[in-house]
Amino acid sequence: MKRLFVALAALLIFGAVKLPFERSLAAEHRRAFFHAAELNLELREQIGQGGFIAALSGFRSVLADLLWIRAHVAWENTEWGRMKLLFDAVTSLQPRALPFWEGAAWQMAYNASVAAFNDPDQPREALRQKAQREYFQLGEQYLLRGIKFNPDRAILFDRLGLIYQDKMKDPCKAAWAYGEAAKRKDAMPYVQRLALYNLARCPGREAEAYSGLVKLFHKGKEERLLTLLTRIDELQEKLNIPPEQRIDTAPDRKEATPR
Amino acid sequence: MSAPATIGPATQHQAFSFGRIGAITSNTLLELVRLKVFYFLLLFGIILIGSSLFMVNFTFQQQFQVLKDVSLGSMSIFTWLLGVLSTAMLLPKDVEDRTLYTILAKPVPRFEYLLGKLLGVLALLAIATALMSVVFVAVLYARQQWEIAQAIRSLPDDQIQAAITGIKEAAFGGSLVQAVIIIYLKAALCASFTLLISIFASSMIFTIIVSVMVYFIGHIQGIAREYWLAEGAGPMAKIFLSFVALLFPDLQLFNLVDDIVVGTLVPAMMFWKTAGLGVIYILVYLFAGYFVFAGKEL
Repeated sequence: MKRLFVALAALLIFGAVKLPFERSLAAEHRRAFFHAAELNLELREQIGQGGFIAALSGFRSVLADLLWIRAHVAWENTEWGRMKLLFDAVTSLQPRALPFWEGAAWQMAYNASVAAFNDPDQPREALRQKAQREYFQLGEQYLLRGIKFNPDRAILFDRLGLIYQDKMKDPCKAAWAYGEAAKRKDAMPYVQRLALYNLARCPGREAEAYSGLVKLFHKGKEERLLTLLTRIDELQEKLNIPPEQRIDTAPDRKEATPR
Repeated sequence: MSAPATIGPATQHQAFSFGRIGAITSNTLLELVRLKVFYFLLLFGIILIGSSLFMVNFTFQQQFQVLKDVSLGSMSIFTWLLGVLSTAMLLPKDVEDRTLYTILAKPVPRFEYLLGKLLGVLALLAIATALMSVVFVAVLYARQQWEIAQAIRSLPDDQIQAAITGIKEAAFGGSLVQAVIIIYLKAALCASFTLLISIFASSMIFTIIVSVMVYFIGHIQGIAREYWLAEGAGPMAKIFLSFVALLFPDLQLFNLVDDIVVGTLVPAMMFWKTAGLGVIYILVYLFAGYFVFAGKEL
């Protein structure tokens, strides 16, 4: 028995020695984007006691997958409210999983919003439009929260840009989102172009957009796409660029026009 | 009449012998492999990993993520279970069979006996992890080939190469090897702790229950530690939390799989520090176990 207590004391001393190392290693893990999930009371209410224990015991990702599959079933049954609750739980459990943020935002901003606008039980169009806007905002919120946990990845900025551009019709915000995507290491080749296309439509920022589009134009033939040439022409007119400084897009336009 | 047997010069007894440890290790491994529980656990693990092939049709990124989650999650739980269950039965079984007395009656130091037993379990865990990894890679490869075939069939020629690169990245990209090594180390750490418990435990059930509890407490040790070191907790809570933080291992540090499956890369230095901490834990529990075992009346 005496030896047991001595061993216990030795383990406590070892515990005191390893404590600073464990703390610094835990901080290093967090800096490398590990253990980002916030296992709090809100999540505990969403996933139940069993789920919370599983999440605490190192089965966070498996639980998130299980809930994601449930959300998929809810989608098949068009239960939008239930889907939202499940998406909240899934994204809380796995905040570094980009497909979850992307999928949740897409379901809300694209599928649920269309369903809300075509709701046969709501005769008033104004209310259907309001519901649709709310779903757009839910999609936007998922992506903004996702970006908070994944500031190093381009894809969520890209998807946010798409929602601003296509759904919320806000070219200024779309330009910002695509511009942020372009700054990331894993940026898609088209995001810089989309940022400038949207900036061209953002009131008061046309000159900035024009200079960016001209830079892209001079980058090479592969950048001279039809939309880019059209935007340059539009801005040259709008900004009253003197004729001698204007870019002649006609030769490239011929090549860029699909036959 | 046959010639009398010649007796060679007496070999000097060595204080530490790899040969003796190797003999105990191989016997332990053989004993454990013969147990049905090993095959059942391994079979369940392999079935679960294999079943992840037939998941709901999501996008290929989601499919690969689900597949890796389920497979690595299964590996994690089954290696842990295997580690705890096989270690918990080692000493009670040797006492029951009287093997323990036969071995220790010979000039075998208790440390060698304990080390041999632990190495036997670690070898078993290595075999189980390797087998499950093979199935995991086969399932992942099969899914990857299926996705590539789908992409070739459905996409225009100019997009195929990019799609194949994306599929390959989604399937085998990231730190999967590190994930498997960390899973193994976590199970080995739990086995080492279980061996320590089993030395002073009165029964196998007690050992298993305590080990399972340590597993759960270990996962919230980090929270307890930060709360203990932060301001705000009362004196009684502080004493309790300090006890938890000092005595239990922080198993969340070995829980990297959740983030590895979503593509988070493990920096080399961070991996070696984590692995090193795991090895230190295993050794500390082994030596603490030996210290208790050395004074135990058998």
